[in-house]
Amino acid sequence: MNNTLYNNITRFVILVLVQVLICNHINFLGYINPYPYVLFILLFPVKNNRMTIIFLSFLLGLTIDMFQDSGGVHAAASVCIAYIRPLILKSTFGMMYEHQTIKFDNVEYGSKFTYISIMTLIHHFIMFSLEIFNASKIILVLQKTLFSSIFTILLSILATIIFSRKK
Amino acid sequence: MQQIINFIIRNKNFLLFLLLFGISIFFTIQSHSYHKSKFINSANFLTGGVYNSVSNISGYFNLKSQNEILAKENNRLKQMLYNANQNLDSVFLDTLANEKLYKYTTANIIRNNYSATDNILLINKGSKDSIKEDFGVISSNGIIGIVNETSKNYATVISVLNSTVKISAQLKKTNHYGSLVWNGKNPAYTQLIDIQKIAPVAKGDTIITSGMSSIFPKGIPIGIVEDFKLDRAENFYEINVKLFNDMTNLEHIYIIENADKNEITNLLNGNLNE
Repeated sequence: MNNTLYNNITRFVILVLVQVLICNHINFLGYINPYPYVLFILLFPVKNNRMTIIFLSFLLGLTIDMFQDSGGVHAAASVCIAYIRPLILKSTFGMMYEHQTIKFDNVEYGSKFTYISIMTLIHHFIMFSLEIFNASKIILVLQKTLFSSIFTILLSILATIIFSRKK
Repeated sequence: MQQIINFIIRNKNFLLFLLLFGISIFFTIQSHSYHKSKFINSANFLTGGVYNSVSNISGYFNLKSQNEILAKENNRLKQMLYNANQNLDSVFLDTLANEKLYKYTTANIIRNNYSATDNILLINKGSKDSIKEDFGVISSNGIIGIVNETSKNYATVISVLNSTVKISAQLKKTNHYGSLVWNGKNPAYTQLIDIQKIAPVAKGDTIITSGMSSIFPKGIPIGIVEDFKLDRAENFYEINVKLFNDMTNLEHIYIIENADKNEITNLLNGNLNE
């Protein structure tokens, strides 16, 4: 239990620092940035209390917002995906979720990829709609969502492969 | 009563979600209106400290280009100084009113941002250096933005690359003025709108600040006219302005304080005492 706690605290701090100090300054082609901090929400232990993850996601989003001066954009998106996470988990992992036996280190890549992609797309869409906050610029929102999502999904999958503890 | 408590316990996840989502939407809406982002901003001890220590290191990487910018400015100022008329020795000086109207403070940008639609910068001077809300921020090449929030050691600056900001600007050759806005697309260009149709606009004209807002003095360079067209109602020009500043490479800046600002705002609000 303590081990998971320390793991998650370290993950929180490292992801915030990586996001704020490196990923926000990439600006690929002028505006495309990855947001790999969503990994914290994606990889949070499944059997834990649902209230904990909703609250921690809010905290994570708010920290990023504070660094980025973006109001509550990241907080809103993070809280949303934390709330709908069980739904997505159920639809992508099926039986494994029912039995509460998901370990993200040893699930198959196909369902893991679907899970990460769906969560990232939802997160980015909410985030960019709130950031741009203008219905007439929906094309810009979709464009940013698509390109940043590709970037984030690639980075997230790479990170999960590199840091997995599969034996 | 029992039922209400049961309902809350049953739906505690959803209620927590709704509460936190509501709070974030509240912050978001607040950040979209000018001068309202009171709670969540990066001018605090933690975020300012992190950015400051990082910019202490990363500042070395563009020392060369920043030095060139400063040397160019020195060169321009020296030329102005030594080519000025030398017969200024008998100017009447009012020694009682020798306070300068505009006070300048230097600062460094410790976080630059240009990829979002509402960009906010962070600088390393704050209320300790008597920086307050609504002071103008410029660099040696031209306009940068307006101070938004201040803490003890840091301040946030609303960049000209922000869709919520409007800055009064005019043509250099005539006094036709309009507002400078940004459409959120290219960080090298901003848009000047509400210029009267009768104004003689031409490609390559210089755009400067108009000095009507009491934030910036008149005549701070902004950019040159890249192209222009009439807006949909065909009454006003919509001008694409190429900024003199490279907004992606900023470090040394000047903060402008207008000493008469309180007097002007009091007069405009009609509550001048006496």
